[in-house]
Amino acid sequence: MNIIPEITKQSITNLINNNERGDGRAVDEYREIVIETDFVSKAEGSARVTLGNTQIIVGTKPQIGEPFSDTPNVGVLMTNSEMLPIADPKFEPGPPSESSVELARVVDRCVRESQMVDLEKLCIEEGKKVWMIFIDLHIIDYDGNLFDAAMLGVMAALMNTKIPVAEYKNDEIVIDEEATIDLPLKDKATMCTFVKIGDKIVLDPSLDEESILDARLSIGITESGNICAMQKGGDGSLSKEEILDVVKTAYSKKDELMKHFN
Amino acid sequence: MIFIITNDIVSNKERDDGRKLEEIRPLKIEAGILKRADGSAYLEVGGNKVIAAVYGPRESYIRRLLRPDTGVIRCRYNMAPFSVDDRKRPGPDRRSTEISKITAEALRPSLLLERFPRSMVDIFIEIIEAEGGTRCAGITAASVALADAGIPMKDMVVGCAAGKVDGEIVLDLSEKEDKEGQADVPLAIMPRTGEITLLQTDGNLTEDEFDKALSLAIEGCKQISEVQKEALKNRYEA
Repeated sequence: MNIIPEITKQSITNLINNNERGDGRAVDEYREIVIETDFVSKAEGSARVTLGNTQIIVGTKPQIGEPFSDTPNVGVLMTNSEMLPIADPKFEPGPPSESSVELARVVDRCVRESQMVDLEKLCIEEGKKVWMIFIDLHIIDYDGNLFDAAMLGVMAALMNTKIPVAEYKNDEIVIDEEATIDLPLKDKATMCTFVKIGDKIVLDPSLDEESILDARLSIGITESGNICAMQKGGDGSLSKEEILDVVKTAYSKKDELMKHFN
Repeated sequence: MIFIITNDIVSNKERDDGRKLEEIRPLKIEAGILKRADGSAYLEVGGNKVIAAVYGPRESYIRRLLRPDTGVIRCRYNMAPFSVDDRKRPGPDRRSTEISKITAEALRPSLLLERFPRSMVDIFIEIIEAEGGTRCAGITAASVALADAGIPMKDMVVGCAAGKVDGEIVLDLSEKEDKEGQADVPLAIMPRTGEITLLQTDGNLTEDEFDKALSLAIEGCKQISEVQKEALKNRYEA
């Protein structure tokens, strides 16, 4: 947790109480979003996202593996995040922190539950071999709201992911490295994160805002219009009315976020 | 400054990627690309993409590293899981641990850390994409990040490798040349004095070949050094 001076906390709170913010944004306004795709040629899919000063590189890698025994005919998705020590003076090298694991799991849920990836098409031979898609989040600059930035990056990376054509012949996998197909996608999803500071709620928190938050709520919404993931965070609480209100705002932001993928 | 290596016998031959034997890959360095870090740099050479960031000098919160008479550096070299053909499992392995150590030792001689007793400078090198020669690229980028962070230094350390491919001594090995070649000699120097701060050799070389590889790598370092300086100037001009 970032410690910030009481006076900064006061000024941020005062601004928000007047429906203003430190960087001049409206309470329901995103910072500038820039998405660059195909950033890493060795990755089968990749993107670099900047959301204000927050910067994330996302890479995807397919690998052939065995399916889980309870789902023998579907591929496997794995999401992993590294909050690199280059991103923030408080991030330490070593095993993933709680927040890093939370980020990876929330993004994973959003991808999985939106059913955007057609996992059945990732099956090469039922019960024997499937494609496993690894999604790796590389957090390189941290200025708040990793959830939304990560989801934008993951979406962009998945959309340009190419997997090799693989066939199962005589108990062996034959991979045609020359021929690739686009990762089969059925839907898209984005995430909207809000924080509650005092009695007010703001969208796309900056680092300073995150540092003084009472509660946080992230909402994943698919292009088809369903809620696919949610995560509440922070030590404070939210009322039912606040949550419904925030869900409404998240829906109103959907098109604005989706336009980065069309 | 232009460096011309006059060796007519070797310079006519071409390599797999069309380079001359003593030619480095296209190189780009940008300083100050991260907002939060005290100093940072982005480097591309051939297919390599490297980000280096520096934090400090800050109080050494790791007590066993603390030295009462000088500052210390801590270095971490890390590869992104998607930086190589087969996904690399996140976290340190033996290779990256060794590279972290030699990188710290290559950079340390250039820094005037005696001015910061009890403090620590953190250097983090992230390999976003790897295509041969990442340790040298990491050192070159880290040095620019250290300068960007305003750490007092005698010189910017610069790294470059030479090696032996198909019986020829060549400069700045690509991934393919590194794999198929007979020897790899990564080197780092402080170009102002020519002091060598990193030297490894992996492979087979005769004494003469080693001599030639060493000289070639030093010339490579000097060329890269100019790009380093340009990157810093671009950052602080205007």
